[in-house]
Amino acid sequence: MTKNLYDPTFEHDACGVGLVADLTGQATNATILDALTILENLEHRGATGSDVDSGDGAGILIQMPDAFIRTIFGPTVPARGDYGVANWMVPRELNLECARTTIDEVFSSVGLSSAGWREVPVNSTLLGPTSRDSEPLFVQQLIVRSPVQGAPDIERALYCARKVLEHSLDIYASSCSSKVLIYKGMLSSPQLRHYFSDLGDVGLQSAIAIVHSRFSTNVLPRWDLAQPFRYIAHNGEINTIRGNRNWMTARETTIESDVLPLSVRSLTPIITANMSDSASFDEVVELLVHSGRSLPHAILMMIPEAWERSSAMSPDRRAFYRYHAGLMEPWDGPASVTFCDGNVAGAVLDRNGLRPARYWVTKDHRVILASEVGVLPIEASNIERKGRLQPGRVFLVDIEQGRIIEDEELKATLAAQAPYAEWLERHQISLDTIEAPTTLTPEHGSIVRQQKSFGYSEEDLRLIIRHMAQVGEEPIGSMGSDTRLPVLSTMPRSIFDYFTQLFAQVTNPPLDAIREELVTSTRVVIGGEENLLRESEEHCHQIVLASPVLSVHELVKIRYIDEQPGVEGFRTAAIDGLFMAQGPLSAAERLAHALKEVEDEVVAQVRAGVNIVILSDRGTSPSHAAIPSLLLASAVHHRLVAEHLRTNAALIIEAGDVREVHHVALLLGFGASAVCPYLAYESIDALIDEGELNELTAYEARYQYGKTLNKGVVKVMSKMGVSTVASYVGSQLFEPVGLSDDVLGRYFPGFHSRLGGATLERLARDVLRWHASAFAPEAGARVEITNHGEYQWRRDGELHLFNPRTVQKLQHATREKRFDLFKEYTSLVDEQSSGKLTLRSLLSLVPSASPRPLEEVESVASIVKRFSTGAMSYGSISEEAHTTLAVAMNRLGAKSNTGEGGEDEERFDTSNPRENTRSAIKQVASGRFGVTSRYLVNADDLQIKIAQGAKPGEGGQLPGSKVYSWIAKTRHSTTGVGLISPPPHHDIYSIEDLKQLIYDLKCANDEARVHVKLVSEQGVGTIAAGVAKAHADVILISGHDGGTGAAPLTSLKHAGTPWELGLAEAHQTLAANGLRSRVVLQTDGQLKTGRDVIIAALLGAEEFGFATAPLVVSGCVMMRVCHLDTCPVGIATQNPKLRERFTGKPEFVENFFEFIAQEVREYLSLLGARTLDELIGDVSKLSVTPLNDPTNDLDLSALLVLVEPDQRHQGSKQDHGLDGALDWVFLSDAVSAATKGTPYRYATPVRNVNRAVGTLTGSAITRALGARTLNDDLVQIDLCGSAGQSLGAFIPAGVTLRLRGDANDYAGKGLSGGRIVIRPDDGASFASDENVIAGNVTGYGATSGEIFISGVVGERCAVRNSGATIVVEGTGDHAGEYMTGGVVVILGNVGRNLAAGMSGGSIYLYDPDAQVHDHLSAGVYEIELLESEDDERLRALLERFRDETGSKKAARILNEWRSERMNFVRIETSEYQRIRDEAKGG
Amino acid sequence: MGKVTGFLEFPRQGPKHRPVSVRLRDWHEVYQPQSDEEIAEQGARCMDCGIPFCMQGCPLGNRIPEFNDRVHHFQWAIAAEQLFDTNNFPEFTGRLCPAPCESACVLGIGSDPVTIERLEYEVAEHAFTNGLAVSSPTPRESGRRVAVVGSGPAGLAAAAQLRSVGHGVSVFERNDAIGGLLRYGIPEFKMEKAVLDRRLEVMRNDGVEFFTGVTVGRSGTSLAALQRDFDAVLLAVGATRPRLIPVPGAELDGVYPAMTYLEESNRAVTCGLAPAISARDRRVIILGGGDTGADCLGTVHRQGAASVTQIEIMDRPPMDRPVEEPWPTMARIFKTSPAHDEGGERRFSTETLEFGGRGHVDSIVLRDHLTKETVTFPADLVLIAAGFLGPELDDLELSGEDFLTSRSTLSVAHDWRVRALAGASPVFACGDAVRGQSLIVWAIAEGRSAAASIDTHLSGRESPLGAPVEPYALSW
Repeated sequence: MTKNLYDPTFEHDACGVGLVADLTGQATNATILDALTILENLEHRGATGSDVDSGDGAGILIQMPDAFIRTIFGPTVPARGDYGVANWMVPRELNLECARTTIDEVFSSVGLSSAGWREVPVNSTLLGPTSRDSEPLFVQQLIVRSPVQGAPDIERALYCARKVLEHSLDIYASSCSSKVLIYKGMLSSPQLRHYFSDLGDVGLQSAIAIVHSRFSTNVLPRWDLAQPFRYIAHNGEINTIRGNRNWMTARETTIESDVLPLSVRSLTPIITANMSDSASFDEVVELLVHSGRSLPHAILMMIPEAWERSSAMSPDRRAFYRYHAGLMEPWDGPASVTFCDGNVAGAVLDRNGLRPARYWVTKDHRVILASEVGVLPIEASNIERKGRLQPGRVFLVDIEQGRIIEDEELKATLAAQAPYAEWLERHQISLDTIEAPTTLTPEHGSIVRQQKSFGYSEEDLRLIIRHMAQVGEEPIGSMGSDTRLPVLSTMPRSIFDYFTQLFAQVTNPPLDAIREELVTSTRVVIGGEENLLRESEEHCHQIVLASPVLSVHELVKIRYIDEQPGVEGFRTAAIDGLFMAQGPLSAAERLAHALKEVEDEVVAQVRAGVNIVILSDRGTSPSHAAIPSLLLASAVHHRLVAEHLRTNAALIIEAGDVREVHHVALLLGFGASAVCPYLAYESIDALIDEGELNELTAYEARYQYGKTLNKGVVKVMSKMGVSTVASYVGSQLFEPVGLSDDVLGRYFPGFHSRLGGATLERLARDVLRWHASAFAPEAGARVEITNHGEYQWRRDGELHLFNPRTVQKLQHATREKRFDLFKEYTSLVDEQSSGKLTLRSLLSLVPSASPRPLEEVESVASIVKRFSTGAMSYGSISEEAHTTLAVAMNRLGAKSNTGEGGEDEERFDTSNPRENTRSAIKQVASGRFGVTSRYLVNADDLQIKIAQGAKPGEGGQLPGSKVYSWIAKTRHSTTGVGLISPPPHHDIYSIEDLKQLIYDLKCANDEARVHVKLVSEQGVGTIAAGVAKAHADVILISGHDGGTGAAPLTSLKHAGTPWELGLAEAHQTLAANGLRSRVVLQTDGQLKTGRDVIIAALLGAEEFGFATAPLVVSGCVMMRVCHLDTCPVGIATQNPKLRERFTGKPEFVENFFEFIAQEVREYLSLLGARTLDELIGDVSKLSVTPLNDPTNDLDLSALLVLVEPDQRHQGSKQDHGLDGALDWVFLSDAVSAATKGTPYRYATPVRNVNRAVGTLTGSAITRALGARTLNDDLVQIDLCGSAGQSLGAFIPAGVTLRLRGDANDYAGKGLSGGRIVIRPDDGASFASDENVIAGNVTGYGATSGEIFISGVVGERCAVRNSGATIVVEGTGDHAGEYMTGGVVVILGNVGRNLAAGMSGGSIYLYDPDAQVHDHLSAGVYEIELLESEDDERLRALLERFRDETGSKKAARILNEWRSERMNFVRIETSEYQRIRDEAKGG
Repeated sequence: MGKVTGFLEFPRQGPKHRPVSVRLRDWHEVYQPQSDEEIAEQGARCMDCGIPFCMQGCPLGNRIPEFNDRVHHFQWAIAAEQLFDTNNFPEFTGRLCPAPCESACVLGIGSDPVTIERLEYEVAEHAFTNGLAVSSPTPRESGRRVAVVGSGPAGLAAAAQLRSVGHGVSVFERNDAIGGLLRYGIPEFKMEKAVLDRRLEVMRNDGVEFFTGVTVGRSGTSLAALQRDFDAVLLAVGATRPRLIPVPGAELDGVYPAMTYLEESNRAVTCGLAPAISARDRRVIILGGGDTGADCLGTVHRQGAASVTQIEIMDRPPMDRPVEEPWPTMARIFKTSPAHDEGGERRFSTETLEFGGRGHVDSIVLRDHLTKETVTFPADLVLIAAGFLGPELDDLELSGEDFLTSRSTLSVAHDWRVRALAGASPVFACGDAVRGQSLIVWAIAEGRSAAASIDTHLSGRESPLGAPVEPYALSW
């Protein structure tokens, strides 16, 4: 296979799951049929690729169907429980006859023998070509105890045999058990039962069935990755999988179990290579279970709830978690895991609870659990209760006991299994409780020399360290990063810079580590690890650190821990990480030599019993330079893994090169448990001496700095969706860019270099350049710290693409419409490229032998249509700047982008084409500011911003100082109150959620294309494949260097990769999947010249975005102060005084794009093409420029993989499946009634497959009415049943949806004035305020309208509500998060973290037990009883609620209003109140 | 840095001028001192730009945002460290530079730029008065020797730089005192000679040797001899050939090149004697509207002229930036120097047709090329400040075509080596001799850059010295 950018390890999947169980334990065929029905009703959560008959995977797990097995294998089958059945998938090319000999041998080695074989009948004709090409042979094997041997535990024996066989033969068993049987394959959900005719056999019976439908981003077809696995079916993603896998590998030699018939070593690798994260998870679960733990015990070890910050948790349960935290790191990530061992079945949600899981218990003793409600028709009168799984909770059905075991009871039982609390008390030590010896006095001799030797820049000191110590926060910057990649720099660069942080996009959500801090933990446990498969008190003989960032003081404590009285069993060794500054060998050889010596020394020490290793680079001298700490940490970590010693000792790094968050995060990611940045601390002391830190003592400043690093690490983790440092350690969630294989292969195993890059020699020489500047400075060289100009341009610093000359030339050229000056500008930029600033600078165009005359080439007017401006919100930039871009782009027939700040409705008027300020692209970002029905209708393109190049995986923030009244109006918020965009879209936690949002938006404007904006990182191609399957029309790949109005410097510099990489990977991967032709690819990120455009086109882009350059054309001079509201050229400011200084004109912007197009034409002519279309994806027109640098083997040829011509650009449109929408039944009547103003009412049943009901109708009404709005309730739709996701999304005023039954996730999303009423079915007998009738994230981003729900809703109700009135009878966690306006009334229980990040609006909580403070998130709130004016308002609201929903609870409260009113509290933020009162006052 | 909102809070405030009536009675500098608080407030106006265009505008690449911030925080010592690192003589440029940095200041778009030049002046003066380091620390001797011909700002900057890395440096000056134009070209009221002497004292202490009255190739040793005696030679001889006005009567007495006049008056001020050419009670005509013209103007005022008219052949420049010279370039806009506030008349668009008089000039015939009107003015003293044509190279025997550019300046290679010149040691050149008449800041920048190249040549490794510019570089 040609070397390209696709790597199967990048694959992700997500899915729908369902569980049906009969509590009576009676095995029936009905249970299986019900499960299959659920599967079919979840089909929309799965996906198919370009080949529609090849599903991503579907499967079912059932109890061993004893009767069925007997009919097949005859009367010789032993008693139930005394035989096992293996369901093998055998590759067609394998000779099964030969394999059988091995199989028989292995089974006999564990005391079993084969008693029968059967080829499983399948219907292959259903399969699409992709599935069929890789279809295995399905063989069922009956296995019984071997008569000669005793009576082994058959389940364990089957496990061991299967494990050995899978490693030795190329076969896979879906199941191999005496208790369960699994049928699965690379099938779509409806295919499953038709493919396996066994499933249609009425004799097939079970009391439990679990089904799973897979949505995968995969490229290579895989039958074995379908789910359920042996014990679990997983909806979600394990973010920390690399670390978890590494740690398991490291443990393989220390684990042993005496209950298994074979030694653990003969079963290894426990984690099979090239499987999915879910499969790896399952493999560890089964190891834990087979070695003696119960299934729920194993699951809770791996997915513990958020216990670290939960003060309300019982001490025993805390002890259970604390104890197990020392045994194993959490498997962290969004997870809804359904599990079953044949006797019990259940489900668990991870600590964040980001996956939906709803359940019903019926009066006839059935339990149904699924990702959605309504997947199985159940009579309302039969329902005993309806619930949902909450974050960190377990739901367990015990068939043997015939009952449901509640979370509390289950955990209490587990916690009581052993005296965990006592064990911890006796053994576990908290570092805080240890006295520090006073031994180490850091030398202050030559701080500047030290700093220089570690490559400190003035920016490190003043911009980063000083800021962190002074303010206690990470420094913020703005605009994009336009400096060189480290591999292309001629200045010495730290190895830290070569790694970029990975971030979650689409397949899993980033976390909100600030607003949802309760799920995070920075706790680290150090000391050796004992055998995972046993439990004893020695297991917790460990030291607990509250934070992975150590003070010098804390490091000393650890260093001399063995001298502590009363502390035993710890031995610390400190080992120097230095190498020879001069010597006979090459720098790389000296460095490699030193690393080898350190590794050997560590191995020897650990073998000798040391369990804490401190790697230190103190002690640099003229003869010795420091080994880069990352190299040191990773080399030692991986060597210890290889020597199977890793879990015997903890690694602690004491390093002088560590100064920013990224550095600490990297060290943890590559195996360090804790880091002490001693030189940064000493630099703080020096800053204080120079008077650079105001009013802080050295202690305070150091403390603030350390705390900020710690907070920053949590932020970095959270971008990837990881909540705990314990599972982040060793997780390697980074991507190397520009490191050669000699570095990666040797010191970072598991990574391979996609492009090559800097060699070890280069890294070593860079260190030595710094070392020399400190210890052997040239005469006349400065001894003080210089400014490397990485963040702000400096003449003697790092090169920037935008610098004084290029900015000046660009402005001059476009202002005077002078193409000659423009060519000077582009030649400066492109020449800089030949000075190697960017990856594209290493690509050359191959001119055609027959260039085309310029006049034959497609026109400027035609080319500019492919251009758009970047998403810059109105709010981050001024009205003048925003409308200038819009007018220019509209005149050109190109597209401007609203950004995420909404758009003033006046701009929707397009009557004057010369002054048309309507943005063609409307962005939908996580804040959903001003995302109304009208906003969506007035768009040509709708862009879902998943990530932003400058800060992927993070949310945004508009400081209160920039929220002027006109901004507040457009964003539906309060003047002067800062606004937050959450890191995740709260309606996209997975790929199937994205598919849903695309569907919703398509319903909200069926004429618009839907974009999905991704940021380049490794695996983005696979994500793009998933996004294409989710029916996006356009996929935008943004480079890491995109601009921003405000982002932490860590993110600006260290997250994401250049677009060249991401674009090529996406193009190649989409093409390999046959998906490229379904979508348009767009790219952006520091595009500046015609050459940039042509290279992007050749790499596969059809459309091109520009942001910084048009801003510069409008007058931006790269001040990089957008976040301060002080932009002196009136662009990134709302200050009216500064806005007067704006000098941009639409003509300048038009000139810019026309010049770019003109240059593109010249290149087309050069390449012999007539149109850009001819060249899209034609990498044969590119060649790689060699670097000719022996220390740098960077090679871009992997970018230049030519794909089939029909897969080079979009050729067909996506089928969005709108035809099947329920709305069509009533849409045209409703719209015509609305335009006439006559009332309309329609009633219809609804099912979960009817998604976004009302949205198409709502958008049609909005489009028909323009600026007019309807009176409430003019169009009424009465629904009955279980509504699909996104009920009533974005519906406008005048539209009312009334639902009897229940609703799934995202009801009332983006509500734009409409009304939604949900009440239980008339036949329901349960109490509405105790049962869940609507899913998660109800009313997300609602801007106006009403939602009345007589029942409990899931997590995150009313997130980012900015104007709607929402009344519910109870909510899950995080209700009212980020609210900026509107009213929420909660009449019942409320979960944790209420009102987190809320900045406006009011929450009325019915709180008779006065528990509001237990639920409220940290923040400044005013909690008050009702005042006279809201007393009346609330009462009137509740009366309407009662009348609409028939709520008994509301009725009861209203009956006793006089006393009950005292049980309400009103929650508002003080800032909101202050500003509202000011507005009232004057 | 500075203060984030400083530019919105404080207006630009340069130093106040001493009253005309007072300052005309002496030769002291024109500006009044500013208080430290006022200076610090001006530093706060710096916006700490993402791209500090000022740094590009300054040929030296001064770290302007850095020292602005230090000034704002009264950190004079660190500010001086930053400033002296890129500029050997901020005390000169702080007085004499026309401040292209301020033309490039981002705050200058739609507002008034930061008073960068004045802050530079203050930093330098604080350094001298507070005894802060104004020279580099004593280096280890390299044992190599360099001859620098010419002691103007380019030569001095090169000398200081070369000395800082341990080379022996001898500076040869043809005049009777060191300083070139700084000594006899710049009038006292723009920079008092004590400032120059103070700097020369520092350089002598650092070990630079100065020789005056040596015209290489004529009154002293030849260039070839220098090449033999030194490991490298640097020519920083300036561009001193005056442009004259070849019209009838140009040979009359009373018609002088500006530099002749300025040199005489400077010498007179220094020695406290009456000048050989005096404007006292004369009717003076100054031909040339540039800086030299203004220097003449101020001098004429102080000598007590009866009247003075400054004539410029070009049209009056616009008050605002013309579109073809957009920010951040140094645009040609109408400028008033303090000398203009002191009196006299200015005429633009006026060319000289003829000087009248017998033996001594008594009138001048001019034509306004806009109105086509011809006028005759009485004139007793005519000073021609029409610029310079290039270096005087005859004595050096470098006036052959091979050595010259089309602008009659010395042709140097990329490493500042004079092209087409053989000899024992290499000969380098920099400053106005290479560039043609220019700004003091360019002279210093070229001197520094040439020094770096010489050091590289002498030491055989890449020089650590700063090289801010390349030959013929333009700032934009």
